[in-house]
Amino acid sequence: MPEETILETRDLVKEFAGFVAVNGVSLRVARGSIHALIGPNGAGKTTVFNLLTRFLPATRGAILFNGEDVTHARPADVARRGIVRSFQMSAVFPALTALENVRIALQRPLGTSFHFWRSERTLQALDARAVELLAAVGLEADRDTVAVELPYGRKRALELATTLALDPELLLLDEPTQGMGHEDVGRVVALIRHVAAGRTVLLVEHNLSVVQDLARRVTVLARGAVLAEGSYDEVSRDPAVLEAYIGAPA
Amino acid sequence: MSAPALRRLAWAAMVLLGLAAPYLVYPVFAMNVLCLALFASAFNLLLGYAGLLSFGHAAFLGAAAYVTGITLRTWGLPTELGVLAGTAVATLLGLVFGALAIRRSGIYFAMITLGFAQLVYFLVVQLPWTGGEDGLQGIPRGKALGLLALDGPVTTYYFVYVAFLAGFWLIQRAIHSPFGHVLRAIRENEPRALSLGYDVAHYKLLAFVLSAALSGLAGSLKAVVLQFASLSDVHWHRSGEVVLMTLLGGMGTVLGPSVGALLVVTLENYLADVGSWVTVITGAVFVACVLAFRRGIVGEVRALVRRSFIGGKP
Ligand SMILES: Nc1ncnc2c1ncn2[C@@H]1O[C@H](COP(=O)(O)OP(=O)(O)OP(=O)(O)O)[C@@H](O)[C@H]1O
Ligand SMILES: [Mg+2]
Repeated sequence: MPEETILETRDLVKEFAGFVAVNGVSLRVARGSIHALIGPNGAGKTTVFNLLTRFLPATRGAILFNGEDVTHARPADVARRGIVRSFQMSAVFPALTALENVRIALQRPLGTSFHFWRSERTLQALDARAVELLAAVGLEADRDTVAVELPYGRKRALELATTLALDPELLLLDEPTQGMGHEDVGRVVALIRHVAAGRTVLLVEHNLSVVQDLARRVTVLARGAVLAEGSYDEVSRDPAVLEAYIGAPA
Repeated sequence: MSAPALRRLAWAAMVLLGLAAPYLVYPVFAMNVLCLALFASAFNLLLGYAGLLSFGHAAFLGAAAYVTGITLRTWGLPTELGVLAGTAVATLLGLVFGALAIRRSGIYFAMITLGFAQLVYFLVVQLPWTGGEDGLQGIPRGKALGLLALDGPVTTYYFVYVAFLAGFWLIQRAIHSPFGHVLRAIRENEPRALSLGYDVAHYKLLAFVLSAALSGLAGSLKAVVLQFASLSDVHWHRSGEVVLMTLLGGMGTVLGPSVGALLVVTLENYLADVGSWVTVITGAVFVACVLAFRRGIVGEVRALVRRSFIGGKP
């Protein structure tokens, strides 16, 4: 049975003032899989994420999500359709508590987010679900801690809990283990595997053992273009990939 | 003591002080403070909670003052309708300026709002029915609800006080509403809020319009209180003064802007004899306060209270 494609890009190009950061990238991400996007620094991985989430407009090419063209959708609209991203540097709301961070994501479906005359007490209805989400990433003890005071690994976990609050169909994770110690990496890998159940994950990651651990399919990007694609074992044996990573012919 | 309990205490103190004010100081002085306190609180909603620095808020205050003046003087409408008309015009102005400026940030946003405010200033100078350089003199206070003649200063004071409380309450409610929570999230991390599916610009626009509307309410009340509208209300000095009041009292605090307004109006009032030195002295006080208390007066007090009573971090 052919796999169903949740996300497809066709010849995606992004130019910055003449510099081509993304050069004709065509991707197919299978529903329900963990798909890794790897490549050396400056390969264009984060830029691809910015194009997919419409944080940046593509110069050329098309993006299809669930078969629908989202090339020109607004960023908030893309998020509401179910593509939710994390950021390379951790992205929390620093002055809010862990609970409030998660609640921001939960409150949008209530449809009262423009209601400036309503009491904030109406948001307490979301607390139980927020605590559940915090518990899922091991942060139940930190619910009232202001996010800025959390150690780095926990900030990333909080970010993940906030993202999960939207129950996204497609999760874009930009280097979720960057800057983490050994145990934290293990925790996050387990967490990603856990949250990937029932959804699709597109993962940018420099730590190749994490990629090997998690990803069913790997796309290698170099200088903005797709260099290789396949299983981890396939691409890791590819001479062109080795050259791009090590900088010398294998 | 918990934070909500402290907030209630602050509220109670403010309400009582407000009720007693016309017997403690000159009612006109107290009303002037109330108007500018409302203006600064509306400004603080934008600066302190949405993180947007507008440098054109005089346009909303001033335009509303003129509209209220014209409706009361020329058409003799009941006071509350004049106030509503002024507020409505400020709201509309806020919607138009906001829609055009809101996608810019930082200094560009400040400059665009300043530009629009200069446009309003120019219009007020040029239009035939604003009294030009002289301003609009002799605005009647009229009757509130068609019944209550606002001829005595104390009666007028309580009329203004009720309007002030309503406006002030609405600002506090907006800050502590579902909308206020999203606004804070946007101020804290805009790309993240966007990635969670919030149309950031729409939320900022609503904050801008609310702030403009309440600044308009302040301007309308001011016209009723002082019985004139003048060019100084639309001048960019006013836009600067409200930044000063807000920072002095403490931006992002509930009472800060009001305390800042009280301080600035008091200084201007009691130093009126020394003439143009008033500007120099206010400036010096401002510099001293910002250097000594970064968080503003109320911000510093709050930090102190939290440290000593709640034991939490400031
Ligand atoms: N907004 C921008 N304006 C101009 N150039 C940009 C912009 N964003 C990215 N670039 C350039 O595009 C190239 C790709 O950057 P990108 O951040 O996508 O790389 P990356 O693969 O995510 O790298 P890393 O592994 O270091 O995160 C880089 O050369 C970068 O300098
Ligand atoms: Mg990157």
